[in-house]
Amino acid sequence: MLYINCPHCGMRSQNEFSYGGDASVKRPELNKEVSDQEWDDFVYNRKSLRGKHLELWQHISGCRQWIKVERDTATHEIFRTFKADEEVA
Amino acid sequence: MTQAFRIGNGGLVNRDKKLSFKFNGKTYFGYEGDTLASALLANGVHLVGRSFKYHRPRGFFGAGVDEPYAIVQLYRNGETEPNIKATEQELFEGLEAKSVNCWPSVNFDIGAINNFLKIFLPAGFYYKTFMWPKSFWYRLYEPFIRKAAGLGVASTKHDNERYEHKYEYCDLLIAGSGPSGLSSAYAAAKNGARVILAEDKPRFGGSLLTSDVNIGNQSGKDWADGIIAELKTMPNVVVKNRSQIFGYYDHNMLVMSEKVSDHLPKTKKYHPNKRLWYIRAKEVLISSGSIERPIVFGNNDTPGVMLSSAAKEYLKVYGVLVGKNPLIFTNNDSGYETAIEFKKHGVDPIVLDSRKHSTSEIIDEAKNLGINIKNSYVVVAAQGYKKVKSAEIASISDDKKQLGKIESINCDCICVSGFWTPTIHLASQSGNKTEFKEEIDAFIPGQSKQNETTLGAANGVFSLEETLKTSFATGSELSKKITENDNEIAIPNVVEKKSSQHDKFWCVPLPKGKNYKRFLDFQNDVAVSDVEIALREGYRSIEHVKRYTTLGMATDQGKTSNLNGLQLVSEIENKVVPAVGHTTFRPPYTPVSIGAIVGREVGKHSKPTRKSPMHLWHKKNNAVFVDAGVWLRPRYYKKGNETLFEASKREAKNVRNNVGVCDVTTLGKIDVKGPDAAELLNRVYTNAWLKLPVGKARYGVMLREDGIVMDDGTTTRISENHYHMTTTTAQAANVLSHLEYYLQLVWPELDVNVVSTTEQWAGAAIAGPKSRDLLQKLFPNSDVSNDGLPFMGYMEGNLFGIKAKIFRISFSGELAYEVNVESDHGNFMWEKIIEVGKEFNIQPYGTEALSTLRIEMGHVAGSELDGRTIPYDNALEGLVSKKKDFIGKRSLQRSAFTAENRQRIVGVVPLDKQTSIPEGSHLVKDDKAPLPNPKLGHISASCWSVEYDNPFSLAILKDGKNMIGQKLFAMSPLKNKVIPVEIVSSHYVDPKGERVRS
Repeated sequence: MLYINCPHCGMRSQNEFSYGGDASVKRPELNKEVSDQEWDDFVYNRKSLRGKHLELWQHISGCRQWIKVERDTATHEIFRTFKADEEVA
Repeated sequence: MTQAFRIGNGGLVNRDKKLSFKFNGKTYFGYEGDTLASALLANGVHLVGRSFKYHRPRGFFGAGVDEPYAIVQLYRNGETEPNIKATEQELFEGLEAKSVNCWPSVNFDIGAINNFLKIFLPAGFYYKTFMWPKSFWYRLYEPFIRKAAGLGVASTKHDNERYEHKYEYCDLLIAGSGPSGLSSAYAAAKNGARVILAEDKPRFGGSLLTSDVNIGNQSGKDWADGIIAELKTMPNVVVKNRSQIFGYYDHNMLVMSEKVSDHLPKTKKYHPNKRLWYIRAKEVLISSGSIERPIVFGNNDTPGVMLSSAAKEYLKVYGVLVGKNPLIFTNNDSGYETAIEFKKHGVDPIVLDSRKHSTSEIIDEAKNLGINIKNSYVVVAAQGYKKVKSAEIASISDDKKQLGKIESINCDCICVSGFWTPTIHLASQSGNKTEFKEEIDAFIPGQSKQNETTLGAANGVFSLEETLKTSFATGSELSKKITENDNEIAIPNVVEKKSSQHDKFWCVPLPKGKNYKRFLDFQNDVAVSDVEIALREGYRSIEHVKRYTTLGMATDQGKTSNLNGLQLVSEIENKVVPAVGHTTFRPPYTPVSIGAIVGREVGKHSKPTRKSPMHLWHKKNNAVFVDAGVWLRPRYYKKGNETLFEASKREAKNVRNNVGVCDVTTLGKIDVKGPDAAELLNRVYTNAWLKLPVGKARYGVMLREDGIVMDDGTTTRISENHYHMTTTTAQAANVLSHLEYYLQLVWPELDVNVVSTTEQWAGAAIAGPKSRDLLQKLFPNSDVSNDGLPFMGYMEGNLFGIKAKIFRISFSGELAYEVNVESDHGNFMWEKIIEVGKEFNIQPYGTEALSTLRIEMGHVAGSELDGRTIPYDNALEGLVSKKKDFIGKRSLQRSAFTAENRQRIVGVVPLDKQTSIPEGSHLVKDDKAPLPNPKLGHISASCWSVEYDNPFSLAILKDGKNMIGQKLFAMSPLKNKVIPVEIVSSHYVDPKGERVRS
């Protein structure tokens, strides 16, 4: 079971969180013309990366904040975690 | 029965407490502190089972976790547990066990014929034999294999034992309480670290219980007892025996199975049988010791052949002689230690040492005791069928290829020592890439992957002095990093006998003309010849050899067989062992009860049960409950002998004719507050929200980004910046997460706060033509007239002194209201509604009547909003704004979603107006068409229309818009029904919606 550093609560076990997918996906702005391809990329198309992956988790049984987690999908190593509004450099 | 093989005194068992037990129906006696194995051996019982494939007689090979043979079926409290190792099961009064894998009995087993057919049962035998003809597989081969395979029999009864889970955190977790575990635990504890020390056996001390050493002027065992006693008094230390750490998972999470009452005849009322510990450790010290490995020779599986360390343990811990005429076969000094123990108890052993010359303190002691030692000698084969009677022995050449003249000598047991294999399982599970250590012919952990350190024999260090030194140092260092304390501890003096170099000899060659089976894996009956076949047939990778031959795949996971298997492959392939590599170690290290893994999460406990504040009233009034998500809801209120069908019809009719009340507490409720609340709703729902006035409710539909309907419900504007959102019972949690996602990640600029209030409010829906009259009586000071509280209106009221929220909303399609009060007052509200409603003939109604009412009105619910439909499919496209953007809008432009013949909700009535249509039935044009019959749609919900007194269903139908009036067939192969139906409008009752506005 992963041990995730919630930027709001500290180290917590994985069973307090729920997974939320790729954190690098950006929703197209409201009221903007979006091509089919662009929309499909936003809704459906995901890379299945091996290695470092920035992903979303929600601390659902804790502070309920959505956070960003930089994790290696092959080894489960977690490098860094970020608050929802933190820019990832 | 007398315990003929129990020595006069000695051992650690409690001789004051005699216990009786049964094995294969026969009664025996043992002592408290025995294992089933030691008690059987004390009684001279060596035959405990039959082997997996050839049904050869099986005895005891080890004394603990490494035991490959002695697997029994255990009976306790009228329940049975399979695959119990007799070497691990502690004896208790009244224990009952039976042999497995034999029929009709362990003494006469018909399956043993396989032993004579063994030429037909080579490696890969399943793959080769049961292939053709294909049709034989299900009828013949599979049932046969299922019957032949496996050892114990799983119980078919409900397991009444209780199992618990526990989460724990610590600075240092230490696996194993031998010399290294004890010293590192002690050093860390003295530095104030939070320590958990786990020992799988009942007794602490590991090898110190059986080795002849002296630490700090005490015997090894006394020293261990002292350390444990002190550790137990320390508040920062948890010491656990009977606790096996069986898995090392990600991020230093380890799982341990603790036997809480496994050693007792009956579980105490509030004690679990086992407890599973999930332990998150900052540092893990693996001091799991080592397991002696066998030397391979002919018939080396005969009962009476066992590890020399096991023989020593039975003698020193249990006071039991495994034989009175022992032959010891060794390639190192450990065999001598066992010989010395025998000799000290008046038994004369013979030692065969494969080495030509060897001298050490231990050997000198053996010689001084007058023990008969034969150097350059080996056991060629054991003789005897159900028990060792003699051994064929021979001298062996220096290159270990040539055997001398074969002689036969009498013996009743053969104790084997082929040196030691470090127990590296946990380190390997952690991700540690192990490395081969030439000096000991075995793998040891390499570079740590997680925060694990392996110490002592598990790390290939067999000197006690060095083990203590490194273990004290490591325990102290690691804890210092965490606690910043540095208490110096004097390392005690160690007196141990020095050993000489072992012989890299592991397999006795076959003598000319002999064809003895030489087993590598004792539990799965894998012999040297099987591995040879696998290699001849081209299996090269050790992983393939393992699977083809089943070497190391049994419940003992090859604890005694792995290395010898690797030696053999390396020899045949002419590769060094590290080049062959070893198979992956996976958790669990030892078998774990399924019950322990499941814990308390069984049956009703597998998820929480939520009850409304009115639950007790429902119960008192004969409600029959149904699971709705995690909630229990009344399905109907039973009167007399009513069936579900009759009761729900009565309840629904009463709503249409008079007034009914339904508990709607379970609806999800979310408070949406803030200056941008309207803007959030406007983006989340498909319809417009910016102009909703205070005191008004609106029905809304929300989509996922892929255009599929996620949920629906009404949201009410309570005040300027405060909205009360409702969701369906099932989606409440998902909707909250959904809103939080957009507020925190996508539109953080919106100044809105959302919070679940589902449990804060109790709700009652009052529905029916007389509901307004009732409401007026409940709230005499409020104007609830059609003008004062119009459809979709909201007001606050005073319910006999309780603050209440009144919404004029309707799911039933009748004139209806929902009243909410704070949960604590829910029951008060309910009782008042029932009391005041009497004069209007009020009746409570359950979810079944609720469904009937909504279905015949054509209102959609979970069965239509099933994660596959868009607003159009549910006839909700009128709620989709063309002017503004919202979540999922862009997806609605997809061509499949705009197709002319898109599926759509319709009503379905059987032509005979009698036959109810099963939910899930498929709608087809031609009931006689060949399969696969093209499906046009499916029945999503069915009811008995109380308005028209005939069956009515809703369906999602292809091109539903143009299908009204068509005749189709509803087919349910599951219920074996074909029903001719007519397609009608989904709004079966009151299609203009006049009643809700009346």
